Amino acid sequence: MEQITNLLAITLGAVLANNFIFSQFLGICPFLGVSKKVDTAVGMGVAVTFVMGLASAITWLVNLLLVQLGLEYMQTVAFILVIASLVQFIEMFLQKAMPTLYTALGVYLPLITTNCAVLGVALLNIQNNYNFIESVVYGITGGLGFLLAIVLFASIRERLVFAEYPKAFEGFPIALITAGLMALAFMGFSGLKIW
Amino acid sequence: MNIAYAVILLGVLGALFGLILAIASKIFEVKKDPREEAILSHLAGANCGGCGYPGCGGCAAAILAGDAPVNACAPAGPENAAAIAEIMGMAAPTGERQVAFVRCNGGTNAKKRFEYVGVKDCISATKVAAGPLECDFGCLGFGSCVAACQFGAMSIGPNGAAVVDPEKCTACMACAKACPRHLITSVPVSKKVHVLCANQEKGKAAMSVCSNSCIGCGLCQKECKKDAIHVVNGVAVIDYDKCVGCKLCTKVCPRDAISPVATAEEKEKYKAIKKAQAEKAKAAAEAAAKAAAEAPKAE
Repeated sequence: MEQITNLLAITLGAVLANNFIFSQFLGICPFLGVSKKVDTAVGMGVAVTFVMGLASAITWLVNLLLVQLGLEYMQTVAFILVIASLVQFIEMFLQKAMPTLYTALGVYLPLITTNCAVLGVALLNIQNNYNFIESVVYGITGGLGFLLAIVLFASIRERLVFAEYPKAFEGFPIALITAGLMALAFMGFSGLKIW
Repeated sequence: MNIAYAVILLGVLGALFGLILAIASKIFEVKKDPREEAILSHLAGANCGGCGYPGCGGCAAAILAGDAPVNACAPAGPENAAAIAEIMGMAAPTGERQVAFVRCNGGTNAKKRFEYVGVKDCISATKVAAGPLECDFGCLGFGSCVAACQFGAMSIGPNGAAVVDPEKCTACMACAKACPRHLITSVPVSKKVHVLCANQEKGKAAMSVCSNSCIGCGLCQKECKKDAIHVVNGVAVIDYDKCVGCKLCTKVCPRDAISPVATAEEKEKYKAIKKAQAEKAKAAAEAAAKAAAEAPKAE
């Protein structure tokens, strides 16, 4: 029971209270880059969720190995190796299985490699002393939080086209203001206490 | 010893992931059309984006899919377009090589509205109170186009306006996209007569901001024997299909806004010729009138 409560707490924390984008400011590049259309935003969110979940699992195992050998200082290098390989793998998979999504994500797919949310989740897992299941749950729910954020943001940006605002704000400025307001809104979740 | 562990561990991990990726690349292999590689080898390879696709790879894929014409890559030139057409099994396209052209001769000839000291970039400059020039259409000369050119064909000319070296220009039009004033157009390389101004203001408004502005007076339009130059939206525009390069318009332009700019001497000479012609015509007309007046009497 306690295990389940704990996982729930991690989930709510990762999706809402400590949302990777809005409260930890990780993974901003794809968040701004692939949020012009809801379709591609969903694709990117799912891809990031997938990578984060898998990366959490594999990096947790790799970390075991590192601790065993007393090489904790190698975490960053080893994790990036894992993440880069994973992204490469997913790219191949998508190109074969879902070519439309592959072309829609375009250059942002290989950019997941350097998406700090992915490296962030791997390092946070270690920092928070999560066990294997907790790590995987944190990775997946963190990805879902990213998905939620990017889809909400993309749907707002789609509607922004019809909004009237000064010409100087066109493009990224208005997007950044929107993102800032959304981050403020998500701050409301920071008071969330679970049991 | 620790270092050895670190090296071995990363080496093993790297090899392991490499192996997995190698296997995955076999499983998830996507058969590529070999023609795409062949087309790619005939593109310029500068990834300039002039074709409108993300990089040369994107352009090659678009050509293969039939979304882009075989000569979509302007920098590659007609020979490569012909080679691509052969790969695609199509007839080679014909058409003259185009080059970029900057429609401004003003630069420092235009009056300054204020002294701009910000970032040396045209887009930044236009954001400050609509730019430092009185002329809202003139070249700012901060060289955004020069920076955008991958082929070293752009430079800032002696009078502070950008100029294109037609030898190096490949008509990728990256400069046109970089220019916040939309001064750069593509013109056929063989044509030598161009309007050096884009100011759409009329008369006094255009005249007061620059010593070389087109005021839309229409003298060139009247002078042209081929109906090739017209004042459109307050600025003269040349129809390159009709222009034969006689340069008559350059000699009558009171603002020196058509290149190649005629010297005062040439203008005087042309004026004298015109005057002589006009007198001749007048004399002929008088003679004809006299003859016409006398004709009825004879009857």
